[in-house]
Amino acid sequence: MLSAIGVKSIGDLFKEIPEKVRMQRPLNLGAPLSEHALLREMRRMAGANGDLTQYVSFMGAGAYDHYIPAALRTIVNRQEFVTAYTPYQAEVSQGVLQTIFEYQSMITALTAMDVSNASMYDGATAMAEAANMCAVETRKNRILVSGTVHPEYRAVLDTYAWARGYQVEVVPAANGVTDAAAVAKMAAEAGGAACVVVQSPNFYGIVEDLAALFQTAHDHKALTVAVVDPLALGVLEAPGNQGADIVVGEGQGLGNPVSFGGPFLGFMACREALIRRLPGRVVGMTKDHDDRRGFVLTLQTREQHIRREKATSNICSNQALNALSACVYLSLIGKEGLREVGVQCINRAHYAAERITALPGYKLVYPKAPFFKEFLVETPLPARRIFDKLSEQQILAGVPMDALAQVGNAGKSAKVGENQLLIAVTESRTREEIDALVRALEGLK
Amino acid sequence: MTEALIFELSAPGRRGASLPEADLPMQNPSSYLPAGLLRKDAPELPETSEIDTVRHFTRLSRMNHGVDVGFYPLGSCTMKYNPKVNEEVAALPGFSAIHPYEPAELTQGALELMYRLEESLCEITGMKRFTLQPAAGAHGEYTGLLIIKAYHASRNEGTTRRKIVVPDSAHGTNPASAAVCGFDIVKVESNERGGVDLAALRKLMGPDIAGLMLTNPNTLGLFDENIAEIADIIHEAGGLLYYDGANTNAIMGISRPGDMGFDVVHLNLHKTFATPHGGGGPGSGPVGVKEHLVPFLPYPLVGKDAQSNYYFEEKNALSIGKVKAFYGNFGVLVKAFAYILTQGHELKEVSELAVLNANYVLARLKSHFDLPYDRICMHEFVLSGKRQKKNFGVSTLDMAKRLLDFGYHAPTVYFPLIVDEAMMIEPTETESIETLDEFSEAMIRIAEESEANPENLHAAPTTTPVGRLDEVGAARNPVLKWTAAK
Repeated sequence: MLSAIGVKSIGDLFKEIPEKVRMQRPLNLGAPLSEHALLREMRRMAGANGDLTQYVSFMGAGAYDHYIPAALRTIVNRQEFVTAYTPYQAEVSQGVLQTIFEYQSMITALTAMDVSNASMYDGATAMAEAANMCAVETRKNRILVSGTVHPEYRAVLDTYAWARGYQVEVVPAANGVTDAAAVAKMAAEAGGAACVVVQSPNFYGIVEDLAALFQTAHDHKALTVAVVDPLALGVLEAPGNQGADIVVGEGQGLGNPVSFGGPFLGFMACREALIRRLPGRVVGMTKDHDDRRGFVLTLQTREQHIRREKATSNICSNQALNALSACVYLSLIGKEGLREVGVQCINRAHYAAERITALPGYKLVYPKAPFFKEFLVETPLPARRIFDKLSEQQILAGVPMDALAQVGNAGKSAKVGENQLLIAVTESRTREEIDALVRALEGLK
Repeated sequence: MTEALIFELSAPGRRGASLPEADLPMQNPSSYLPAGLLRKDAPELPETSEIDTVRHFTRLSRMNHGVDVGFYPLGSCTMKYNPKVNEEVAALPGFSAIHPYEPAELTQGALELMYRLEESLCEITGMKRFTLQPAAGAHGEYTGLLIIKAYHASRNEGTTRRKIVVPDSAHGTNPASAAVCGFDIVKVESNERGGVDLAALRKLMGPDIAGLMLTNPNTLGLFDENIAEIADIIHEAGGLLYYDGANTNAIMGISRPGDMGFDVVHLNLHKTFATPHGGGGPGSGPVGVKEHLVPFLPYPLVGKDAQSNYYFEEKNALSIGKVKAFYGNFGVLVKAFAYILTQGHELKEVSELAVLNANYVLARLKSHFDLPYDRICMHEFVLSGKRQKKNFGVSTLDMAKRLLDFGYHAPTVYFPLIVDEAMMIEPTETESIETLDEFSEAMIRIAEESEANPENLHAAPTTTPVGRLDEVGAARNPVLKWTAAK
C-alpha cells in the first residue's frame, strides 16, 4: 500500500503536521482490552447500578418504565437500520425513509396536527425549538412558559432563549395548574407574547385545561405550544383539537428504555401554516421514473446543509433509531392498545393514590386536580428518607422533589419540597407491586 | 420493489403486543377526568399482528444500506464498523434500565463510566474538561459556541464580540450553529493549498471577533499546517478557537486540538468512537474546553471525591445552563467508552490506518478524476467530477447513483462547496485492502463508463428497490403523512 501511495512509511503520511503540534508521547489510555476483559469490566460497572430489573420503580418525572414488547427489540436491532447514516442516498435508504414517514404519520395522528418532523434530541430541546419557531414567526421575543412545566425543560428553554436573545417569563401556577388569569394578563402585557407553553399532563402529573389556556393565548395573538405525553393520547384529548399550534413532547415511553436519561426522542408536530419554520428532517412521499412509490428527505431548503446560516435550526442528526422504536411500538400496540395503556395507567395510578393517601400523614398536594399516571404526595417524613428506606426493599418509591437539586439546582424554580414525593404508576406496575409499596410506606417509622 | 405502508396492512381488531393483565378493576377514564379533557376519536394508528409487523419492518430493513451491508465511504461521516460487543454492553440492564433520578448511591457505575469517559476524551484531545450532554455534533457546536458567548459576556464583551469566522470549506452546521447562537457569520477564504488564507484572516480581525470555527484536518481532508499561526491570530484579537471534531479520526494519538491552540472542541462519538449512527441518530457530541472555560460548561458534571465516590457537581454560577434534559445520550456514551477500552493507546493505529486507507484509494483513483488539491491527504480526500461533467455530460450525482448499483454507498457529494462536482471519500480504518481495491475498481469502471456509455450513468441506479426519485415533486407538493382513503 505504501508503495502505491509513493511513501516509505506511515509516518511520511503525517509529515505535514508541524512538529510543535505533534503528540510526543503515547496516549495514556492503557492497553487495549479483549472482548472478554471488556465484558467483565463493563458488567462490573453495570452491576454497581440499581436497575429496574431488580427494583420496582415508581419514578417518573420525564422518564417512565413503560412496557416494551419483545418484538420491538428484534426489529430495532436490525443492523441495516442500526448501522446506517442519515438517508442521503434515498434509493438505498428506503427502509429508514419509509419508517420515518410512518412515524410522522403516527405522530400527526396522535397529536391531531398537520405535519411532524423526523424527531428532535429530546422533549426538552423540542420544546425550546418550538418556542424559537414562535418567536421567529411572530417577531416577538417574549416567551411565556407555565411554571408547571418540567424544571429541566424550562432550564433548557432558558439556555436556548438566551442564545437568541429571547426573554422567558414564567406563568405562575395555582393549585398545581397553570394560572389562567395570569396567562391572560401576561399575554396582554408589553406588546404581547410570541407564545404560551403549557405541559399536560404537567410536571406534577396533572392534566391541564389546554383548550381554555390556548383560547386565552390566541385571544392575545400569542401562539401556543403543548408539551404532551404521547402515551396519554389514547385517552386524553389531542392537543390539535385544543388549539395547539405546535405540539412537542418526550417520546421515550414509546418503546425506549429509561437508560439513565438518554437516548430518548423529542417529537414535534405543527400546523401547516408553520411548516417552513419547522426544524429538522422531514420525509415526503414521491415517485421514481417508473411511477413506483418512494420516500425522500424533503423541504430541505429549511436545513443547515443547504441554507447554512439562514437555516431554521442547526439540527441534523436527531434520534432516528429512537423514532423507529416509537414507530414500531405504536405499530405493535396499535390503536386499541394505546387506549388500553392509557386506561391502565390512569386506573393503576388512581388505585395507588387512593391507597397511599389512606395512610396517616400522606395526602395529595393537589387533591382536586385531575391526574393521569403521576401524582405529587405530601409525606409525613422527608421524601428522601422514604426513598432510601424503601430502596432497601428494592422499591424506588418515586422522585423526591428535593432530589432534583442533585442535578445541580435543576429544580430550583420548581416547587421544591423536602416532604414531597412525585409518584408515577405506569401500566407495568401490578396491583401486587402497588400493594407492596403501600405496605412498605405503612411500615416506616 | 416497494413495501406497503404499515397502515395499508392494518385490519380492525388486530394487535401485535400483549399488555399486562387487568389485575384491578379498569374503569372508564371518565370516572377520573372531566369529559372535556378526554379524547373523542381514537387516533388512526395501525392495527397489525405481531408477525405482520415483524415482517413489514424486516422487509424495510432489507431495503436499507448500512455498514453491515456494505462499504460506506461517506466523507466526513466516518462510517467505520460498529463492534457488536458494544451493543451487548449498552443493553445490560445495569446501563439501559436505570432511572436518571436514582440517587448517586444507586448509580455509581453509571457515574464512574461518565467520569472515566470524560477523562479519556480529555487525554485524546488535550482539553481540561468535557460535558457529555450534547446529543449530536451540531448540538455540540451549539453548546461550544454558547460557552464562547458566555465567556465574552463574562468579560463585558458580550455585545461587542458578535462575529464568528467560518472558512468557506466548513460544514453547513458551523454557520447554522453560529446563527442560532445569535452570532454574525463572517466567511474566510481558503488558500491555494486548501487551508485558511492567513492574510484574509488577519484582515477580518478586530474587537468584534468572538472566535473561529475550524475543522482540522478540514473538509478537504487536508491538515492545515498553519494552525499555530491561525491560533495566534485569533487569540491576539481576543477571540477563541473552536474545533469541529468531525474529522478527529485522522489524528488520535498524533496531534491534539488542545496542543494546536483550540479552546473548545466537540467530538462526534457516533463517528470517531464507533457508535452506530442509527439511520440519523442517536449521536453524541461531547464538548471539551480548556481550563479558562470550565466554569461555563453545562451542568451537571460528574466529580469524584477522596473516597472514590462519584457524584454530580454543583452548578457553577457561570454555567451556560442545560442544553438537554438529564445528562446526555447515555446509551451512546456506554458504547463509546467500551470502544475506547478495547482500543486503549492503540487509538493511534486507528488514525494511522484510516489515513493509510484514504491515501491508498486516492492513489488508485487520482489519475481517473480531477484532484483539486494534490497533496497527501488525511483520513479522507475530495475528488472532482469536473472532467466527466465537461467532456461527457456525466455529473457527480450520476456517478454517485451508479455506485449504488455496485453495492456501495455513495461518497458525500457536492461538498465541500469550494470544489465543483465534489466527491468526498472516507474509507475508514476498518476496511480491508480487498474492499478498497474492489471499490477503486468500481470507481474506475464508472469513470470509463462515463465516456463509453454515459447513458448507463444517467439511468442509474437500476438495481435498487426504487430508481431515482422525484425530489422536486416531493418538495413542490409535499405529502408528509399517510391519510386514510375516504
